[in-house]
Amino acid sequence: MLECEGFQVGMHELGIATSILESVQSAASRNPGVRITKVGVKIGELAGVDVDALQFGFECLVKDTEWEPLILEVESIPRVQRCPKCKHEFRMTDYDPQCPKCGEYATQCISGEELDIAYMEVDE
Amino acid sequence: MSRVEVEKKVLNENQILAEQLRERYRQRGILCVNLISAPGSGKTLLLEKTLERMDKGARVAVLTGDLQTENDANRLKRAGFPVKQITTGGTCHLDARMIDKHLADWRLEDLDLLFIENVGNLVCPSSYDLGEAAKVVLLSVTEGEDKPLKYPSIFFKSELMVLNKVDLLPYVPFDAAAAEENARKVHPGMEIVRVSCTTREGLGEWLAWLEKRQKATREARAATR
Repeated sequence: MLECEGFQVGMHELGIATSILESVQSAASRNPGVRITKVGVKIGELAGVDVDALQFGFECLVKDTEWEPLILEVESIPRVQRCPKCKHEFRMTDYDPQCPKCGEYATQCISGEELDIAYMEVDE
Repeated sequence: MSRVEVEKKVLNENQILAEQLRERYRQRGILCVNLISAPGSGKTLLLEKTLERMDKGARVAVLTGDLQTENDANRLKRAGFPVKQITTGGTCHLDARMIDKHLADWRLEDLDLLFIENVGNLVCPSSYDLGEAAKVVLLSVTEGEDKPLKYPSIFFKSELMVLNKVDLLPYVPFDAAAAEENARKVHPGMEIVRVSCTTREGLGEWLAWLEKRQKATREARAATR
């Protein structure tokens, strides 16, 4: 487990930031000689992750280490619902699941739960 | 400079382990339920009342998580079923590795039902799959009825909401119907039971929900044999 300024990483976003940095470390060890400069993640609205706290945790982990100045780039993914009746897909706002096209209420969430590493940028 | 696409879950290691646990439960027909709530919503008391009502021969066990102390395990052990405390040190949630480690010296063949009582927290536990068949979220009437809107992730991912401590409704300004409406805004069609562990109201419904899920687990296992 990584440590941040002497404390073991326990806080939620810091734990997520640790997992991201571990992925970068493991990619770097598989590709010696390659310098990873940026890691891009996708975070869904429903993932329960605060992006500012995640950025702060990540900066804290990277600061004064060999990984500096590794950048974390976050793409926020909105919640999208699909209507089972008319197949319409729509962005869900204000927790209103109703299909704006046909009025169906029992629509299904098809995105917004992501907590994914999307890409890494490297200097070769 | 070049970009390499990765497409990997941030919590990939946890996810792999959780899927292995899920498969082990599935093969043995075990229903695993992950109980999640804020601290003090009544997870431990609900489990105590649940265990009290189980047949003495029931094949049930509990893993209970807290930052410190064995207090919850000591309370739950009184019912006579296997109970193990997971103390996380400072970590605000349980992860699949902790579950795997604490299950190591139990024979899963001897179980039909495994309860996991997560660390009291509505945020972090929602991100960590423990291999459970269902997450159950508790909300007590001494909290706010807008909690589902403030912490949508866990209400979205939970199959059932237990609205707990309903015996206190006459004494607190809590609108139970609004709380249920908020839960169903986040999670349309969510199942909800109203429970009081003090008056025992709703405990029968909760046990019926467990029995329904256990039956589905047994049937799924039989279908693959």
